[in-house]
Amino acid sequence: MDKSSRTSTLIAESAGYTLVHLITLATIIPILGLVGYIIAKGSPAISWQFLTAAPTDGMRAGGIFPAIVGTVYLTIGTAIFSVPLGVAAGIYISEYAADNAATRLIRLAIINLSGIPSVVYGLFGLGLFVIFLNFGTSILSASLTLSIMTLPVIISTSEEAMHSVPNSFRVVSTSLGASRWQTIRKIVLPQALPGIVTGVILGLERAVGETAPILFTGAAFYLPQLPSSPLDATMALPYHIFVISTQVPGMPVEIQYGTVLVLLVFVLGMNLIATLIRTRARAKRVW
Amino acid sequence: MSKQQGNLVITGIIKIAGYSSIVFVTLILIFLLREGLPALGSVPISQLFSTIWYPIQGYFGILPLILGTLLVTLVAILIALPFGVCTAVYLSEIAPKWVKAVLKPVIEILAGIPSVVLGFIGILVFVPFIRTFFNLPTGLTGLTGAILLALIAIPTVVSIAEDALNTVPDSYRQAALALGVTRWQTIWGVTLPAAKTGVLTAVMLGVGRALGETMAVMMVTGNAPVMPTRLNSILMPLRTMTATIASEMGEVATGSTHYQVLFFIGIVLFLLSLAINVAASWVSMRQRQRSERILS
Repeated sequence: MDKSSRTSTLIAESAGYTLVHLITLATIIPILGLVGYIIAKGSPAISWQFLTAAPTDGMRAGGIFPAIVGTVYLTIGTAIFSVPLGVAAGIYISEYAADNAATRLIRLAIINLSGIPSVVYGLFGLGLFVIFLNFGTSILSASLTLSIMTLPVIISTSEEAMHSVPNSFRVVSTSLGASRWQTIRKIVLPQALPGIVTGVILGLERAVGETAPILFTGAAFYLPQLPSSPLDATMALPYHIFVISTQVPGMPVEIQYGTVLVLLVFVLGMNLIATLIRTRARAKRVW
Repeated sequence: MSKQQGNLVITGIIKIAGYSSIVFVTLILIFLLREGLPALGSVPISQLFSTIWYPIQGYFGILPLILGTLLVTLVAILIALPFGVCTAVYLSEIAPKWVKAVLKPVIEILAGIPSVVLGFIGILVFVPFIRTFFNLPTGLTGLTGAILLALIAIPTVVSIAEDALNTVPDSYRQAALALGVTRWQTIWGVTLPAAKTGVLTAVMLGVGRALGETMAVMMVTGNAPVMPTRLNSILMPLRTMTATIASEMGEVATGSTHYQVLFFIGIVLFLLSLAINVAASWVSMRQRQRSERILS
């Protein structure tokens, strides 16, 4: 290569690098901008009253307490069903399943569950829980629907966490006379716990923010009082945001941004906790 | 109950849980078919795949909805692809370690933002922008939806493409550099081609995410079930399959024709996402087998 063509290659390449940098920045900056913008516009609305009072004046005033409580109920409900089932399924795939056609089918099913559109989960929940099992539009139906949607995340992350525990741990434990279940309970699970907890939080984080699956299974437009049983419908933050940004004319922007900020704090707070647990566990890991 | 029996019970429970995902996929399919297939009896197939969606008058043509979904998804992925792949290349091949440690959580933040929040920002920020920028009567357009969908697909594309780039063995890069090729040429000539199936998987799963997204699209696309027939349809209001289900299911009577057709759209969505995910996992599985062969 002669000198001049080499120089032009170098110039072209540094232009290329600059472009890659710019495109990356163009991806990153809007994300931070978005979050910053919501914090800036939403924080003036946040007050004790906003967080603890019910909406008044057709939601154009007052607080969002019922929606916050509803979201907490739905998250707990989802966790009750999806965590034990998901972790147990993760244990099965990581510790018991043989490498055969049945296991491949399970993996395929998990991949498919994670790809099914959220509104299709809503339809399924409507068909099975609300109508067929007659749970009605309720916290129970919505939680069950969200659980199944969350399941693939929890299964894959807990499987991965257990899979990364070195095999020598299991060999030593079994050679000392422990049964397979004892080995899992005393050795594998404790070692994999941070990874499992991270996965559970990330799965629930998704459930907290979802609207489409609860649209026809449990979300209520407006309820004057808090739900008193799992068979009651409930308000929820994501659906409330949808309602006040599309269905209520003359909505004060401040309340809209405030509500969005509260949901974002929920979701990103969970994200932050998951990241912290993961980083700490990685730093402490001895293997 | 003896310890032995206890162990057996626990193993049994774990095994059942292990198979639960198969049970749920089957249940989902069964219930969609149960509620949706009767639509084929209530509406003649030729009418179902016609071009007019006007349920109140008995027109149940789902073609505009299918095309609406495909158009918005296509534009979304055309936006997400360059941004996503470039960011993945930067994170995996160029960025210093500390920059990577800062940027990866930012991408995860985007993945965590609920779609209803993006829809809200879409209404307040993107809709007015699109309206004034293109000088349109309304900013509620397919393009607005596609931009939000791109934001939703980008984290998926970035993380999977980056994983794929990370699994390219370092010996490839070293071999290229030893031959006197620059790092830039190595990235685009060696590393990225070696990871191309991974990038393909990333794009497919990104498409899957965009296809199934509901709230964000519903809030900003204007929800007009018109046939997107021309190229500039993307600058007009349109309607996706997901948005149709979400906005109309609340108002229909259980078991009515309209109800059945909405479930039928659910079946179409289920099959589309099934096809995409099976294809994506097939592609990545084949690649894994191939690279195991090469590396062994």
